Amino acid sequence: MKILVFVKQVPDTDDVKLDPKTGNIMREGVPSTINPLDANAIEAAIQLKEKHGGTIAAISMGPPQAEDALKKALALGCDEAYLLCDRALGGADTRATAYALAKAAEKIGDYDLLLFGRHAIDGDTAQTGPATASFLDVPQITLAASIAVEDGWVICDRVLENTVQKVKAKLPAAVTVTADINTPRYATPLNIMKALKKPRTIWSSADLNCDPNQIGQIGSPSSTKKIFEPPKRNTDTKYFTGNPEDMAVAFVDMLAAEHLV
Amino acid sequence: MAKENYKGIWVFAEQHNGELADVSLEMIAQAKKLQAITGEDVTAVLLGDNVASLTDKLFAYGADKVILAEHKNLANYSARPYQKVLTELAEKHKPSILLYGATSLGRDLAPRLMISLRTGLTADAIELSFDEDGVFCQTTPNYGGSILAHIVILEHRPQMVTVRPKLFAPLEPVEGAKGELIVENIEVEADDSYVVISTSPKITAGKPIDEASLLVAGGRGIKSEADLKSLEELAELLGGQLAVSRPLVDCGWRHHDEQIGQSGTAVKPSHIINVGISGSVQYLVGMQDSECVISINHTNGAPIFDVSHYGAIADYSTLIPAITAEIKKRRA
Amino acid sequence: MLINFTEEQKMVRDMVREFTKKEIEPRDKWMDENGFDFDLHKKISETGLAGIHIPEEYGGGGGDAVTSAIVIHEMAKGSGSVALALDAHWLAADTILYHGSDEQKKKYLPMAAAGKIFAFGLTEPCAGSDAAGIKSNVVPAPDGGWILNGSKAWITNSGVADIYTILAKTDPSAGSKGISAFIVPNGIKGLNIGKFEDKMGCRGSATCELSFDNIHLPADALLGPLGSGFKIAMMALDGARISIGAIAAGLSEHAMTIAKNYANERMTFGKPIAKHQGIMFKFADISAEIRAMELMTYDTAAMKAAGKRHTVEAAQTKLFSATRCTQICLECQQVLGGNGYSREYHIERFVRDAKLLEIGEGTNEILRMLIGSSILAQK
Repeated sequence: MKILVFVKQVPDTDDVKLDPKTGNIMREGVPSTINPLDANAIEAAIQLKEKHGGTIAAISMGPPQAEDALKKALALGCDEAYLLCDRALGGADTRATAYALAKAAEKIGDYDLLLFGRHAIDGDTAQTGPATASFLDVPQITLAASIAVEDGWVICDRVLENTVQKVKAKLPAAVTVTADINTPRYATPLNIMKALKKPRTIWSSADLNCDPNQIGQIGSPSSTKKIFEPPKRNTDTKYFTGNPEDMAVAFVDMLAAEHLV
Repeated sequence: MAKENYKGIWVFAEQHNGELADVSLEMIAQAKKLQAITGEDVTAVLLGDNVASLTDKLFAYGADKVILAEHKNLANYSARPYQKVLTELAEKHKPSILLYGATSLGRDLAPRLMISLRTGLTADAIELSFDEDGVFCQTTPNYGGSILAHIVILEHRPQMVTVRPKLFAPLEPVEGAKGELIVENIEVEADDSYVVISTSPKITAGKPIDEASLLVAGGRGIKSEADLKSLEELAELLGGQLAVSRPLVDCGWRHHDEQIGQSGTAVKPSHIINVGISGSVQYLVGMQDSECVISINHTNGAPIFDVSHYGAIADYSTLIPAITAEIKKRRA
Repeated sequence: MLINFTEEQKMVRDMVREFTKKEIEPRDKWMDENGFDFDLHKKISETGLAGIHIPEEYGGGGGDAVTSAIVIHEMAKGSGSVALALDAHWLAADTILYHGSDEQKKKYLPMAAAGKIFAFGLTEPCAGSDAAGIKSNVVPAPDGGWILNGSKAWITNSGVADIYTILAKTDPSAGSKGISAFIVPNGIKGLNIGKFEDKMGCRGSATCELSFDNIHLPADALLGPLGSGFKIAMMALDGARISIGAIAAGLSEHAMTIAKNYANERMTFGKPIAKHQGIMFKFADISAEIRAMELMTYDTAAMKAAGKRHTVEAAQTKLFSATRCTQICLECQQVLGGNGYSREYHIERFVRDAKLLEIGEGTNEILRMLIGSSILAQK
């Protein structure tokens, strides 16, 4: 079975701040990491490979430092890695990104399963997986909380708003996974040592035969006009003071005023 | 084709088993707000089988037009058949704006339309507006809500957006309101490559926390499960429910269904009492729009106080029992 | 840095750092109160870190002494107990790595890499620093095997170990040259595990007394040539002392980080205590000493990796790092004032953990004898 896992390198931080001067996200000193849900996708791929055999290719579109995320993917157990790297690919929205990823999938060819993390923790769109599936005209399963492959079909549980579904899609198919699907393993030292010897390929947009009008900023119908921090609520906090007994009385007075007591 | 020739604000009317999703009505209300600026018609687009009876409700809740596309192969949602039909309809009628609910269905379907309609799509918008340049602008959260972005789709049409549910109220329905019904006869094949094997109701641990009007939320500062029980007791005394921040789910004390925050549930109760919660960004994005925020934390300057209307800088393990005792005393 | 980590070593470091933060550090307080954490041990085994420097042909990670120093350094930033248990595991496994026959290596090294626990038994109730004074003895058995009698004390990992490497006298008249090493599996008849020691610190690692009551060992239980046990032990301890340097550096850094965060938040006299010179100066000294520990540790590890003799350097590393670690932890505790006295703030546990480093695997005094006499003998 040939599995392609699409990974993104994202900032490794719980807390992003904007540079007050430029209005851009402050990246200085912020380390990068593999998108956590992509680690779930890789783990799903590895478990399927352990069961059914085959190969796993990790694919990422990004600047040269995105290669670190691919090295991590190899250390976790992927067999080969492809970095789509080119100035012309930069500044892409989800449509232009999906286009390039689809071109890479076509170039690699013969895939059975395309795996994505459901969303990346920076953009949060959850669009790249289904969009790539649409470019390749394959069926998709989003929000997969479990995954199995049987007789040429991929079978997943999906946890939706009020229901739980069991669905199957005929391979080749695309699946986007949620964090519930598994717990990613740690890269073992043995795999880390092996990782750097596995093949890593860098493709430019020309290597992929990309239409220059469908990649990067040029190929992006949507654009960001402005980014800003959410307005801070000014709540003018009223504090209860004194010893615990006094505080409790004042607290319950407040609850009474709020018609809770 | 020039973008000026695209007119109309479309709402994808999501339905399941012959019932309209609430988000469809919320989006019509939002579309009407946009209509106040552009003057364009608000059209609800309804796909399904035997769903014609829903058109009355769509008109009642504000749609000027309804496009109805029925076919037996649209009875249950499947991405590729829905994509094909919606693409045909949009190419025929050329709307300027197309809204979907940011539901599991909407976010499954809309990205595929982004490709077949060769246009842009903004995800999970929390606000729709026209900015000072008259450009249609969608506000979306990034980094879990730490940053907000204004997204625009300048040249491509339709401008598509998935809109976050439960943020806007539907309009008051006008019984018997009628608009223009456009029945489209479409042909579409089923997708044999996608099969829903079974559907069953989700079992949640108790009542969903986003339906409670009062929450008592415990965080990392809570030292023991016994202490958490005292918070639950307080919640019950006040007619509310217990919720938790992520650390108390990670350590196994409570279920993910009870977690407030970026990776949990967003809540907007009338009252929320935070205990032993510092107020990290990931937590705040899950509750900061609550009407009345009350917080107890032993650290002066904890970020949670920035969003609190009332605060107590105290050790919860003495304060909570004192509060509980005082409440019982007054009720006696 | 004097040495540059390879890309693999950096990736291993990052992986261990993440693993330690998520899995090890949160368990340290529990281990202090409850003892050895078998669940955590299982998780660590699954990562393969226990065999990081065991050759790949035996199922290990194929790393060198620098890589193993990195691993134990990072783990010590989360738990002194876990790091110490790994140090003791390697102490024992290394005796087989460097002195085992092909059969012994094929049999035991994969076990060590896969997560079976190894323990090294030299010290006895009456013989610690005076290692040559051990009384456990082995005599040949009629069938070509061996009979082991005696006892051991203060063996880290004893009570949870699967394999023990035991030092015993095979020729009581020959002093240190009469000591040999034997591989003893747990569960063998005659091996009695005593109660767990109620230790001051490193309470997450298991330490018991062992007694040997006519244990019958097979012929191939002998490790290395007869009479080479003392040499084997001393060589293994050289490597272990590098680990102690790494543990001291990690433990000190953990204490410093907690103290640093506290100092930047705690207000006295109108400003954070970090702004008072009395506190600020402590951090200057502490950070310089931690850096020195790290450099000594990795430099000695690099010497070992290059096959160079490093006995004096390893002893110097342990002597300096262990003594300074205890003091650093005490200073960090002091920075926290009253809160430093509380178990909730963790540093008091590091103080208790750190003290062991000055005692086990060569006391400060023994190391001073070793280093001093060696230096004075040089021209």
